[in-house]
Amino acid sequence: MNRQLDRSYRFDWPLILLYLVLVLFGWLNILSASHSGEISSYFDLTQPYGKQAVFIILAVVLIAITLSLEAKFYERFASIIYLLSILSLLGLFLFGKNVNGATSWYGFGSITIQPSEFAKFATGLAVAKYISDLETDLSTVKDQLRTIAIVLLPAVLILLQNDAGSTLVYGAFFFVLYREGIQQIYLIAILAIAMIGILTLKFGITITMVSLVILTIVVNLYLRKRKPPVIPSIVLLLISFVLSFGISFFYTSVLKPHQQDRISLWLRLEKDPDKIEQMKQTILYNLNESEKAISSGGLTGKGFLEGTRTTGKFVPEQHTDYIFSTVGEEWGFVGSALVVVLFVLLIARIVVLAESQKSQFSRVYGYCVASIFFVHFLINVGMVMGLIPTVGIPLPFFSYGGSALWGFTILLFVFIKLDSNKINEW
Amino acid sequence: MRRFLLLFSVVFVGLVFLGRLFYLQVFSSDTYSILEDNAIRKVYDYPKRGYVYDRNGKLLVANQPSYDLMVIPREVQEIDSSDLREFCRLINISLEDYNVKLSSAYRYSPRLPSVFISHLSKEDYAVLQEKMRKYEGFYIQKRSLRSYQTTIGANVLGDIGEVNNRIIKNDPYYRLGDLIGKQGVELSYENTLRGQKGIKFIQKDRFNKNIGPYKDGIYDTLPVPGKDITITIDATLQEYGELLMSHKRGGIIAIEPGSGEILAMISAPSYDPNLLVGRDRSKNFTRLYRDSVAQPLFDRGLQAMYPPGSPFKTLNALIGLQEGVITTSDRFSCSMGYRYGNRKMGCHAHRSPANMNLGIYESCNSYFANVYRRIIDKYETPAEGMDVWSNHVKSFGLGNYLNNDLSVGQPGKVPSAATYNRAYGENRWSTTFTISNAIGQGEVLATPIQMANMAAAIGNRGFYYTPHIIKHIEGEEIPEQFTVRRNTTIDKEHFEPVVQGMFDVYNKGTAKYVQVPGIEICGKTGTAENFTRIDGERVQLTDHSIFVAFAPKDNPKIALAVFVENGYWGSRFAGRIASLMIEKYLHGTISRTDLEDWILTHSLEHEYQKPYSGEPFRINGETEFQVIDKIEVPQHLKHPKPAIE
Repeated sequence: MNRQLDRSYRFDWPLILLYLVLVLFGWLNILSASHSGEISSYFDLTQPYGKQAVFIILAVVLIAITLSLEAKFYERFASIIYLLSILSLLGLFLFGKNVNGATSWYGFGSITIQPSEFAKFATGLAVAKYISDLETDLSTVKDQLRTIAIVLLPAVLILLQNDAGSTLVYGAFFFVLYREGIQQIYLIAILAIAMIGILTLKFGITITMVSLVILTIVVNLYLRKRKPPVIPSIVLLLISFVLSFGISFFYTSVLKPHQQDRISLWLRLEKDPDKIEQMKQTILYNLNESEKAISSGGLTGKGFLEGTRTTGKFVPEQHTDYIFSTVGEEWGFVGSALVVVLFVLLIARIVVLAESQKSQFSRVYGYCVASIFFVHFLINVGMVMGLIPTVGIPLPFFSYGGSALWGFTILLFVFIKLDSNKINEW
Repeated sequence: MRRFLLLFSVVFVGLVFLGRLFYLQVFSSDTYSILEDNAIRKVYDYPKRGYVYDRNGKLLVANQPSYDLMVIPREVQEIDSSDLREFCRLINISLEDYNVKLSSAYRYSPRLPSVFISHLSKEDYAVLQEKMRKYEGFYIQKRSLRSYQTTIGANVLGDIGEVNNRIIKNDPYYRLGDLIGKQGVELSYENTLRGQKGIKFIQKDRFNKNIGPYKDGIYDTLPVPGKDITITIDATLQEYGELLMSHKRGGIIAIEPGSGEILAMISAPSYDPNLLVGRDRSKNFTRLYRDSVAQPLFDRGLQAMYPPGSPFKTLNALIGLQEGVITTSDRFSCSMGYRYGNRKMGCHAHRSPANMNLGIYESCNSYFANVYRRIIDKYETPAEGMDVWSNHVKSFGLGNYLNNDLSVGQPGKVPSAATYNRAYGENRWSTTFTISNAIGQGEVLATPIQMANMAAAIGNRGFYYTPHIIKHIEGEEIPEQFTVRRNTTIDKEHFEPVVQGMFDVYNKGTAKYVQVPGIEICGKTGTAENFTRIDGERVQLTDHSIFVAFAPKDNPKIALAVFVENGYWGSRFAGRIASLMIEKYLHGTISRTDLEDWILTHSLEHEYQKPYSGEPFRINGETEFQVIDKIEVPQHLKHPKPAIE
């Protein structure tokens, strides 16, 4: 008895507290964004806020289950959990329910479950398990490819279900791989590709190439080697050219027009004011309304349940992907800044704890959790404020939805369980 | 290094987000105002516009409901063809019109209401109301329009119309589609008549649907009804004056000297105020506005600046007495005119020499030229004299805006030394340069209302009240500026000889043929030369006929100025009209029906056509009368209740 109590005290309470604050504050905003006048009961199951209240109570049950299982269970059953998750994703192709064009749900009567929300946690476990295997050496290309395969499998399945936003989240695993020792060149390559991509889209292939050639010459002159690396430079430039060309081709011929528009707006490529005005009424409508709602909040906001744009349902999907605009309108700069700070604290706390783990499995898994939260936070909040092209993914703990809440809850509490067990790991 | 990439990224992204939030919410955010929140629909509740009554309590302007057929295109259901044909017949449009109107409403907005047919008649409305439920997407909206209970006084009453963008920009009270006074008392008493509209704040959703009152209506306000006003106009006198002025151009202003109340304010040609109500308002307004020849929208009683002519001589007599440069018995000779240098100001045949009394009633130019010279030359320089003279004249309300409550006005013109210094240079002009001022020609200009006010000041023996049109506002005092006595610079005792002179104008002078038995009228005829430009050439037209008068001689009840454009000499048109107006106001019935018949059978339309005929024409004494069939006097004008017992 005494021992059990001791163990419970080793749960990281700051993390649990952050979780509770975020979930409850999130629910208040869902209440605000989804109520229609009269609030008869906070558990009114015909309304999103009522359902979310039930989801939160069920999440507490999930937490209890997650924490009561042995920490070793997750490491031992990681592969099986991953396999089940992949099967659940595959099953969607047969039994999936189509909502808004994405076949990402299982329907049981009025209840729907979105397996992709649980797949993140499963993939995290699998990646941790594989990397922490003593035979795995991430500096070898073979093991790198295998790890990437573990990540890509669910990602591709989700992409095939037409849920591009959720697929992007799997990019989070790059942080994990980088931490666990893949070569620096990957980071440099990713940054270089991103730079070439943005330059190409913004200024065109010619200007991009000319500036890269000039950059190469300058770097070579600066290094003042007696034998300048002419051939590697030319090879690099050629690769850049192919990349630039490929990105341009991808943008014009592979992306659908609405995706092109999103990127062109993000990079401010569109100059015609009429066209922009027209976009504001169509594809930019959500973003425009959400920015207006946030902006109208001012320093201290209009007050809980007092947001006129929220009450008027001006921002579509406000209780799901655009929930942050409710925070912005009703709680103002003070409230939304607090949410940003809370997320930064949550993620940073997870990273710090992960670094303190004694087992590699726990550390890798912790990194997976932190990275996934980070990407969700980055994309969702960035999108709602117009810093990032529109991608529909939920804000952890805030956005309405049972699957997402439970997925994130399990993701976090498995780590809390692992962390609580570090004292026993030698 | 590897440990810090994620940590660093998280903190960096957090800072970028905080910066963006700061920019959106604090830096670029405007202060929140419920009125500018487009998530809140503002529904305005328009109060009743105040009524307008005449001085005897006769209702002149009221309101009437008007019905607009509105449409919300999205909600319009397919109507089967027999119903559609019936619908089109009910609202009097063709099937093609129906489709055109519907699609233009759709283009404006599928969700918002547009006006489909405006100003349905009461009869159409009654029939349509029964059948409305058959036509989904259409509904009838009630609006309030002005209802004129009379066909007279368009220039007095004015009209209301939709606000324009300039007004909306300057006054946040008004919104697109609001009605505002455009002319007349509707304009000058806009704030009193309109009341205060109420506002309801309604929360709407992004489809513009109402989802209930905002915060349970705590910010909502109730409309405050507009106040009724009583104006100083005597509707009977106004109507009679307009009748007398038919087929003539000019203005009549009648004032009650004891109070400054405007009894009648006639501008001819005028129009029926009902033209500017309802469906044809803009068509009719455009027609009136474009009539650049007759200019019916130009208020000749208030805006037309004419040379005042001979009535102005009475002022020179008063100034002469006040300055002590003449006495009533000083006499000046006149041999068909006044010679100065090698020039001559003409006069007509009368007894000579003339003292003041004769000078006034025979309107002797020579007499007043002498008086004027004595006034100016009393001082060392003509400039000094000119300024003294100018101040005396201005004390009668001439040469500047009267600052009254009429929507339009003109300052007229009274020259001072500065005027001539500008024209000729300092010390480079002498009194004779300005001699025309002696007889009200020259540089002096006045509007009829200023002349009427001058007559009132003479009748009052030295003071006037600012002429105004407001008599009573429901639950309010009339502005103080209209109850303050304004004194002229002339002492009271100097008025009697001048008043006597004006009385003799009727007794034995230029207006002896237009006497009214039983009323002691004091008046002064005037004849003003005037010119126009035809193809760039200055052409003289027939003189304006001018008359100012007040009656009775002691404690006058009415003072008036009559200007008839191109009516030739003073008593020919203006004098007759003045006598009739005075008799109508004081007695109610007309004894000099011969004057009335003459006025109602003589037109000046031919005269007005001359400059536009393109042919040479003759003026003044060489013209012929245009005689028309007598205009009948309406029965209610023949025997009205006399206003003054």
